[in-house]
Amino acid sequence: MSPYVAHVTVMLKPLVNDPAGLAVRDGLSALGFDGVEAVRVGKRLVVTLSAPDAEEAARLVNAMCDQLLANPVIEDFVVEIVDGASDTTAAAPPS
Amino acid sequence: MRAAVVVFPGTWSDRDCVHALGTVGIESRRLWHRETRIEPDELVVLPGGFSYGDYLRCGAIARFSPVMAAVRRHADAGGLVIGICNGFQVLCEAGMLPGALMCNDSLLFRCQEVHLRPGSARSSFTRELDPERPLRMPISHGEGNYYADRSTLDRLEAEERIAFRYVDAGGRATREANPNGSLRNIAGVLNEAGNVLGMMPHPERACEALLGGDDGNAIWRSLLAAPTGRATGAAVS
Repeated sequence: MSPYVAHVTVMLKPLVNDPAGLAVRDGLSALGFDGVEAVRVGKRLVVTLSAPDAEEAARLVNAMCDQLLANPVIEDFVVEIVDGASDTTAAAPPS
Repeated sequence: MRAAVVVFPGTWSDRDCVHALGTVGIESRRLWHRETRIEPDELVVLPGGFSYGDYLRCGAIARFSPVMAAVRRHADAGGLVIGICNGFQVLCEAGMLPGALMCNDSLLFRCQEVHLRPGSARSSFTRELDPERPLRMPISHGEGNYYADRSTLDRLEAEERIAFRYVDAGGRATREANPNGSLRNIAGVLNEAGNVLGMMPHPERACEALLGGDDGNAIWRSLLAAPTGRATGAAVS
């Protein structure tokens, strides 16, 4: 088993209204950033896990997204697997 | 009729529900989320609150509680289940009701009175309610903005599964009467069989005149008027 880190990005589907994104867009406009056309607000989750290989790690994290990390009614997700040994963004595992 | 009021860590309306049910003569017990015993003739109430801190998404963690497997079996067998506010979010996350509840379009937590138009004769929760007489009761939520895709919404309408819509005092489903941006002013929906109801407004907080009205009791009275036992959903009528 090898250590992997999964970077999961969860976003509202394109057709789903995003009130928080609209509020942030308006805030940016109020600050004078005139060119901002749209903002979408999502979530990023960092999952540290052990798996035999990167392919299996991706399969597991996709299953996690299907079952819990994202709500398929309103959200899409993207999973990116990186080598755990070289990743510095993950939290230290609990001792 | 008896009721089991589920208590998750972070639930806050359980005692209100027990009190409200008592005012119409329904005896109830509180059911801790680790318990799994539900009697066939019990009405299961998933009350409001912030189950498990509502981390990740509202209701997302509560659906894995031991009690939820029992609630699902109860519903599958035709037993009555109502989810109020956070309970509605839990039922949607569990896939027992269609759609999802998103952040209010105002981005504000809304705590206010609303009017609801009952919209379904298919369910014992709503069968005895007069569609021409809006019910007045409070909402209290930050994530009550009902979303489902267009084909799901069309299906809910065609199958009379929209239990309640936000309306004005005159019964009109206007944009102004919609407190959270819910599509088609939806405040509550039913499952296919009509024995599971989810709604954002709080009927238990409108249970006596001292609280400003008792319109919430109309839902419990509708249930009491329905045939007893498990098969009280639409399938038998």
